[in-house]
Amino acid sequence: MTARIQVPQRARRGEIVDVRIVIQHPMETGFRYDALGRQTPRNVIHTLVCRYDGADVFRAEMGAGIAANPFLRFPVRAKGTGDIECRWIDSENVAGVASARLTVAA
Amino acid sequence: MPDGARRRSLAALLALFALAGRARSQPVMNPAPGIDARIINTPEGALQSILNGATMRKGRVHLDVPAVAENGHSVGMTVRVDSPMSESDCVRQIDLIADKNPVPRVATFFLGPESGRAEIESRLRLNGTQRVTAIARLSDGSFWFDAVDVTVNELACLDGG
Repeated sequence: MTARIQVPQRARRGEIVDVRIVIQHPMETGFRYDALGRQTPRNVIHTLVCRYDGADVFRAEMGAGIAANPFLRFPVRAKGTGDIECRWIDSENVAGVASARLTVAA
Repeated sequence: MPDGARRRSLAALLALFALAGRARSQPVMNPAPGIDARIINTPEGALQSILNGATMRKGRVHLDVPAVAENGHSVGMTVRVDSPMSESDCVRQIDLIADKNPVPRVATFFLGPESGRAEIESRLRLNGTQRVTAIARLSDGSFWFDAVDVTVNELACLDGG
């Protein structure tokens, strides 16, 4: 799965930065039928967790009500220089990871 | 077996199959204990599974969704909650409910003091003109909400979306 994560390169300690992530994924609803009339099985990224500075700082549980190629923007308070790492998993147990480094000046 | 009894047992059997079929056709997300599986995919059931008996008040939550969307495939959504996001007073959870979606409970976001600010942006898939509700659970256990009516000109669930 291709994904793009965007975080400002540097921040001051205590500053609130926005994490933006887009993941290439159909977010199949399970309500669609193919040309042969077969139901396309539901396949969505149901969980995304963001880890930073040794702790989970954000988690999203999603369903088919989130648009294809899910986009999320959420805030994180800059604490220390480190990776902001997002991990996710879909209904077919395909997992993905994307991370970006945040440099924090005191 | 007398005729009437046989007919009744046959009817019961058929009803059982019908129920099973219905259950299969309805995908269940976040099945909450104590919530009847038959209503989990109604707006009321979704609300119950979030509030768990508590009441919610309007305010503090600002849900930003366009009043009119050209189509339901991808509708921008921003939700913001007034909160200091400190250790003692912060937003723990934000839920989104779309009344007319096949699975009304669209997403749940978990955040905390390390978020610094309670503001999340994403894109929704909406099955037609409906009300979208955002519910925030604060660290003191209180629930606050905001609701927006969205007019969707072309739904998401008809074709390739």
